Amino acid sequence: MSKYIGKVWRVGDDIDTDLIIAARHLNDASPENLRKNCLQDVIPDFAEKISKGDILVAGKNFGCGSSREHAPLAIKHCGVSCVVAHSFARIFYRNAINIGLPIITVGDVVEAFQDGDSIEVDVNQGIIRHLDKGQEYQAETFPPFIQEIIAAGNLVNYVKKRVKGDV
Amino acid sequence: MGMTITEKILAAHAGLEEVKAGELINAKVDIALGNDITGPVAIKEFEKMGVEKVFDPEKVVLVPDHFAPAKDIKSAEQCKVLRDFARSQELTHYYEVGQMGIEHCLLPEQGIVAPGDLVIGADSHTVTYGALGAFATGVGSTDLAAAMATGEVWLRVPETIKVNLTGKPSSPWVVGKDVILDLIGKIGVDGALYQALEFCGEGLSHLSMDSRFTIANMAIEAGAKNGIMPVDEKTLIYTKCRVKKPYQVYESDPDAVYSQEIEIDLTSLKPQVAFPHLPSNTRSIEDVGEVFIDQVVIGSCTNGRMEDMRIAAQILKGKKVHPYLRLIVIPGTQGIYQQCMREGIVETIIEAGGVFSTPTCGPCLGGYMGILAKGERALTTTNRNFVGRMGHPESEIYLANPAVAAASAVKGRIAAPEEVIGN
Repeated sequence: MSKYIGKVWRVGDDIDTDLIIAARHLNDASPENLRKNCLQDVIPDFAEKISKGDILVAGKNFGCGSSREHAPLAIKHCGVSCVVAHSFARIFYRNAINIGLPIITVGDVVEAFQDGDSIEVDVNQGIIRHLDKGQEYQAETFPPFIQEIIAAGNLVNYVKKRVKGDV
Repeated sequence: MGMTITEKILAAHAGLEEVKAGELINAKVDIALGNDITGPVAIKEFEKMGVEKVFDPEKVVLVPDHFAPAKDIKSAEQCKVLRDFARSQELTHYYEVGQMGIEHCLLPEQGIVAPGDLVIGADSHTVTYGALGAFATGVGSTDLAAAMATGEVWLRVPETIKVNLTGKPSSPWVVGKDVILDLIGKIGVDGALYQALEFCGEGLSHLSMDSRFTIANMAIEAGAKNGIMPVDEKTLIYTKCRVKKPYQVYESDPDAVYSQEIEIDLTSLKPQVAFPHLPSNTRSIEDVGEVFIDQVVIGSCTNGRMEDMRIAAQILKGKKVHPYLRLIVIPGTQGIYQQCMREGIVETIIEAGGVFSTPTCGPCLGGYMGILAKGERALTTTNRNFVGRMGHPESEIYLANPAVAAASAVKGRIAAPEEVIGN
């Protein structure tokens, strides 16, 4: 599946990994701990407010800072189905792909979205739809190599296949 | 068409004659690094991959340093996961408390990274090793797991921004930290996103290896994939008594292609201070104004090396820490700690009223050993001043070099070194 429909949660530029999951919570990598503390200092009680399938729409350089995979994991464990951003910091970008959190880079298109808007994202086709305004935008698609990892579900599955000699 | 040093190292490790920016490659890794936060997550993923043993027990390096010595029960459990895995996999380079240090100070000191190496680390500051002319980049835990299993990593070949350093610092209080803060101030926290930062020029010869590690270390704070430098005489002196394995030195071709060129004049450069809440929010020391502070931290993978300790001690010698302020000094490794003892630096810090800690990342990431309360301000030699990075979300962090940090510890406000000591 590469199509996601949900309500928008809009955040700004340079949302760093400390804001996504602060280091004070990193002594416990359990899904529940990551979930409940996700984006706590940006949107208090985010984990309780969000509905499963909602979509995070962010500004530039989303996920800058540390390499902690706990950041995309926390977002995933909250039930966010997809992260749309103007741009992603590079370690967050690869971590999201590696753990199977759908992401898409869309540039200025993020400006069209506000909190609560309805959005549809087709990651494979690179298509973003603003369902309230009835507008459609085209974004970048992933290169074939990265699509292989996405198709496998995550990097673990991809490596398993490689180890077995399937890819 | 020529290649950059980054492209050459990547091509060599991908078994290719040449690579171009934008290309996706699978490359062999020389070192795969993890710590007590990212390592346990990687080990869990590794165990799902259907592989019994790591690809090479000499090339997987694990260092408990973030919350070690363990700060609480949960951290102790994470350190134990690392320890048990290191033992069962018979890893050569596992560093227990007592031998460990802050990973990015420790690996070069132990000669684990050599020029021309391809290093991945599940820690964003892995970029530090670029100072040795190696390609080093931060990745996540699953990447580390895949590298431990296969000895390979997928990488996009980055474009390179050339940073030409000219002149010579006109003050002993201008060091690598000021070069990198100045650059980040100029290009922003995403100014080098997905790209390599290659530092070169005659100015580099006036910077110590410790200063160069600081510069490469904070390349990530501009969003860079790696920071890298040519190998020169200083690099070779540094590696000579440390690196035991054979290695190859790479250099950029004269006709290599760069996406951008930036010049930094060291002669006119002043100590820089990054204001909350981004490392790009920089000002020269004379434009700081009156900023009172509650705590000074000197240490971290950015500034926990011998040069940093010596500068701090030089300024603090015979002085007292301001009574309204706490000073915490953290050497990067046990080796640096011992050298500080031999040189009387520990004595100087304690006499001045500071604490001298065992090596740990502790306060830099808000772990322990100096957490900030609501409304408190810290001036630190660390690398990030994000909201809540060192404690309460309503605390503030200012980043600077060790000389400014030491002078500020004496004055109780952000101060220029010259306010405390003559040139």
